[in-house]
Amino acid sequence: MTANDPSTPILQGENIQVQRGGKRILDVSSLKIIPREVLSVIGPNGAGKTTLLQALSRLIRIGKGEICFQGKKVGADMTPLNYRRCLAMVFQEALLFDATVYANVASGLKIRGVNSSEIISIVNTRLEQFGIGHLRDRSAKTLSGGEAQRTSLARAFAIQPQLLFLDEPFAALDPPTRETLLEDLNRVLRTSGTTAIMATHDQVEALRLSDRIAVMNEGRITQIGRPEEVMNHPRDEFVASFVGVETIIEGRVIKCERATATIAINSNPTALMETGAAIPCLEAAGQVQPGEQVFCCIRPEHVTIFPGGRHDRSSARNAFPATINRIIPAGPFYKVHLNGGFPLVAYVTVQSIEDLNLRVGETVIASFKATAVHMIRRC
Amino acid sequence: MDIILEGIKQAFSLLVSLDPEVMGITWLSLKVSGTATLISLFIGIGIGTAVALTSFPGRQIVVSLINTGMALPPVVVGLFVTIFLWRNGPFGALEILYTPLAIIIAQAIIATPIVMGITLAAMQQLPRKLRLQILALGATRFQMVWLLIKEAKLSLMAAVMAGFGGVISEVGASIMVGGNIKGYTRVLTTATVMETSKGNFDVAIALGVILLLFAFAINLVLTRVQQRERPR
Repeated sequence: MTANDPSTPILQGENIQVQRGGKRILDVSSLKIIPREVLSVIGPNGAGKTTLLQALSRLIRIGKGEICFQGKKVGADMTPLNYRRCLAMVFQEALLFDATVYANVASGLKIRGVNSSEIISIVNTRLEQFGIGHLRDRSAKTLSGGEAQRTSLARAFAIQPQLLFLDEPFAALDPPTRETLLEDLNRVLRTSGTTAIMATHDQVEALRLSDRIAVMNEGRITQIGRPEEVMNHPRDEFVASFVGVETIIEGRVIKCERATATIAINSNPTALMETGAAIPCLEAAGQVQPGEQVFCCIRPEHVTIFPGGRHDRSSARNAFPATINRIIPAGPFYKVHLNGGFPLVAYVTVQSIEDLNLRVGETVIASFKATAVHMIRRC
Repeated sequence: MDIILEGIKQAFSLLVSLDPEVMGITWLSLKVSGTATLISLFIGIGIGTAVALTSFPGRQIVVSLINTGMALPPVVVGLFVTIFLWRNGPFGALEILYTPLAIIIAQAIIATPIVMGITLAAMQQLPRKLRLQILALGATRFQMVWLLIKEAKLSLMAAVMAGFGGVISEVGASIMVGGNIKGYTRVLTTATVMETSKGNFDVAIALGVILLLFAFAINLVLTRVQQRERPR
């Protein structure tokens, strides 16, 4: 690998630990970011996303570990100041100076001592790029939330960072503003080829912007991979529940033949009594050993409901009689909670709810494919 | 009532006629209080900023001391400065007691905690993450502090006004360490006290009016600067 090799990490963190009040709040064994990559760090509040970004950008002291930027160890081969001058950061709050929009966007360049004619040209380009050219002479304190965050992004891109850190930049914005800003950011990131690390708790944002997603919990990265890998193959129960897998069932592998496992579900006896069913078994695609305890994760969009307790032949290996317990509106669709001897959640469109006349208490057939079941081995 | 009206008339006549003695007293007052305020700005903004941006054991005690210092009685300052500058005091060899320099020292001691306290409050009001944002923009520590001071400029302008207002109007320390020597250490406040004690109410009122006019004019200028900076 050479410094110009696109697979050479632009940023590499090893054994990064941060302690606060005697408690370890960040403990990341290894993290590599390759050039032009957009990595999203997702996780619940308090997972350590912001601390990770601040530690990687050397804005806070790290207790242990080392950060290498373009193969140079920060603090040894390059000073933290020189490292910080290669990056930019956008926070959840715009954190603008009490000055005009122009002065704000120019601030990073002025700090670096760039000459004024160059500043004018760069700033004007960035103002237009983020659609705030008309706000050039406005006081930053009078901007709306969206305008302020655009100014903050323009300020970050004005210094042409080799590495951009985004700490929940859209969290405080209303949905329409967030939508347009997300599109603009995506466009600028892709056209400029800027490497970025974004902390967010919004999976949609992460899916739309990222090449890879890292899931954090309690200061550690629990899984990192391509978005579809993390979403469809969560490594553990926490990742599964965080990335929106509504159904997580515990079970024991009875047999596994031709890469399809039969799993006896550790059911709730009360639920079984309600339906009068035997211990349910489901089939899942994958290689596991009989006797192994596993979590079966089923995403709600993979569950199909057949009304009237009838189910015609299909390729789906799993079909269970189930009772509708609850129907909850969830934006453009409904979340249907089922009891088939184990809890199961399905997403159903408004149209389907009306067409199939689905009602609470009704018995239906819930079906899903063996390939829709993602198995996680229990530790 | 007649005394007050006579005093105001006298004040305008003294001002219009550019009475040399009054002009001298006024000029000395401005010079002494202006210099003391400038010194207090350097020390007060420096220490206030340092305390606001750092954490150390005993910080709360330091903050409490600064806040207490904001209400420092001028006569107490005058007393201690006199003791320190007294012929047999620790700094007696300097022989600066009963000089304008002694008044400047006393007034700087009075104004510094005021400036420091307001600076501390102003810097603490800035968002904590602003420091990280400035560092992330590639600033050195010095650039970060300078940008934060600029960011708190409206509140710091209030510190200038409070500091200057506090010392131009104080009398206790000035009379104790300056001695109210005619043509040398006599300032507007000490002259007012003296004329009042002599029963020359008209002259005392005249000097009071001049003092008020100057305080008002200087604060008006600073307020205009402050309001011009205010975002609209």
